[in-house]
Amino acid sequence: MKPGSRIKSAACASEAVVIKYTGGTIECGGLPMAEDAAGDGTPAAGYDGGTVMGKRYVDADGTVELLCVKPGKGSFALNGVALLLKEAKPLPASD
Amino acid sequence: MNIALLLEMAAQAAPDRTALVCDGKRWTYGELDKAARGACELIRASGASHVALLDESSEAAVIALFGAALAGVPYCPLNYRLADADLAALLGRIAPALVIGDVERVRKLAGDDGHTAYPRSEFTLAALEAVADEFAEHDPGLGVAIQLFTSGTTAAPKAAILAHSNLVSYILGTVEFGAAEEDEATLVSVPPYHIAGIAALASSIYAQRRIVLLPAFAPEDWLKLVDAEKVSNAFVVPTMLGRIIHALEKGVKADIASLRAIAYGGGKMPLELIRQALDLFPDTAFTNAYGLTETSSTIALLGPDEHRAAHRSDDPKVQARLASVGIPLPTIELEIRDEDGRVLPPGQTGEIYVRGDQVSGQYKEKSALDAEGWFPTRDAGYLDEDGYLFLAGRADDVIVRGGENISPGEIEDLLLTHPAIADVAAVAVPSLEWGEAVGIAVVVRGGMDQPAEDELKAMVRARLRSSRVPEVVRYFPTLPYNEMGKLLRREVKALLAS
Repeated sequence: MKPGSRIKSAACASEAVVIKYTGGTIECGGLPMAEDAAGDGTPAAGYDGGTVMGKRYVDADGTVELLCVKPGKGSFALNGVALLLKEAKPLPASD
Repeated sequence: MNIALLLEMAAQAAPDRTALVCDGKRWTYGELDKAARGACELIRASGASHVALLDESSEAAVIALFGAALAGVPYCPLNYRLADADLAALLGRIAPALVIGDVERVRKLAGDDGHTAYPRSEFTLAALEAVADEFAEHDPGLGVAIQLFTSGTTAAPKAAILAHSNLVSYILGTVEFGAAEEDEATLVSVPPYHIAGIAALASSIYAQRRIVLLPAFAPEDWLKLVDAEKVSNAFVVPTMLGRIIHALEKGVKADIASLRAIAYGGGKMPLELIRQALDLFPDTAFTNAYGLTETSSTIALLGPDEHRAAHRSDDPKVQARLASVGIPLPTIELEIRDEDGRVLPPGQTGEIYVRGDQVSGQYKEKSALDAEGWFPTRDAGYLDEDGYLFLAGRADDVIVRGGENISPGEIEDLLLTHPAIADVAAVAVPSLEWGEAVGIAVVVRGGMDQPAEDELKAMVRARLRSSRVPEVVRYFPTLPYNEMGKLLRREVKALLAS
């Protein structure tokens, strides 16, 4: 799973670009994500918080970072542990 | 990740929202995305190694930028103001290219280089028609997105390259996706071959802030466009801001109440001018952005609240920050180092080094990064105790007189306080005794008598050290600047040597 690769949810419409990856299984809606996966819109309970377009998601240790490029009903996880929303500090528009 | 995904995301989220306005024509995110995918097909079919823009700003800049990204070919906007010989050399360095814009000039200067050239309107039309298969494989974005020839104010242009990853890091680190309200619009009047022009396109598209292009800057047109398009944000270089204020003072009528934020950068902002602007636009948020081509644009910011605080303050330390470029971005590291590479404490001037994902520091010919990934900017500066960054000119502009380093800025700042001096540049002139000495090129203010050489020398001797006293004093009607308002010190040196 190389940085830059675009992966899809097997459980919902979510798609993400891998910004950072050092190891483990990236999941969405409870199922592993893959470049050629396709979901039917029914994520597993507990993994159904939804993903938001343009938001970045990270694990607590900062080993994985995803950018959501297509939203869906599932939520992202690494080895079964839900990823967290990466809070961006807004800067004034400079260009 | 490929930078083209920034446009694709905007097009997915809001396909019918207006993305760009140029010469009265409006383009939606969906249309720009479609045209970029078509441009990718054209670029692939041409076999080009680069995509060049030889044209003023227009929708073609966006289509070419993201089309080239999808095709995995560097986008290389060229300075159409260059003299024929210089432009011909650059065209030779990027052959074979797909060139958009001045077809005649390409034919005349580089007819045998194998370029494929399109006039602007033909390119956009052909791109819209060329969209083939929605699921065509695109470049993964692991390589070079942009190649920019540096302005070459001190030497021949270098080909700076920015990877997709550099630009993506900058955008994701500084812009929130879709953060702009539907009524927000940003007025872009910097040329398309400048990093600020490219960053403006990418940031605005990702924020979904409507882009209003002004291809050729004139203060009256800028004001009219703010009024007509209800522009909320703008980026200007200091020279432009001065001309806008001058036009308002002359009585140019325009309703600019929609303008909420002005960002500036690209050159030194005269203190007098920013103070005047803060008084004239009391409700406008001013941001000073400092960055370089090699750092994917902005690396330090002085924000709106800091501008107001410095402008109002009685504390000299806080007041002085109006002349700073603010605080380094949280996503990069920045250090000031001396000539031996030692990190300097606050208050001491040295060379500015930066490191971070947005920092490329790569040229086509070589990398400028050190072993630990730090980029020497060749800009001189210092940090104050609270981390505000102050610039002190280009490291290459330092005058070395008998082993002593002299920053041109301190001499220029002093002489500019002379009532009869409108503009002044201090540069190194050859000296038999010292190797280099100080030479100054002076522009006398209109209606004033030319101050005597001895008077200026005495002024420097009285206020600065004797080593700063100019050995050569010459008077000129104007000084040479490039179109971004950057002083061409190389040319000043030549003027003083002749």
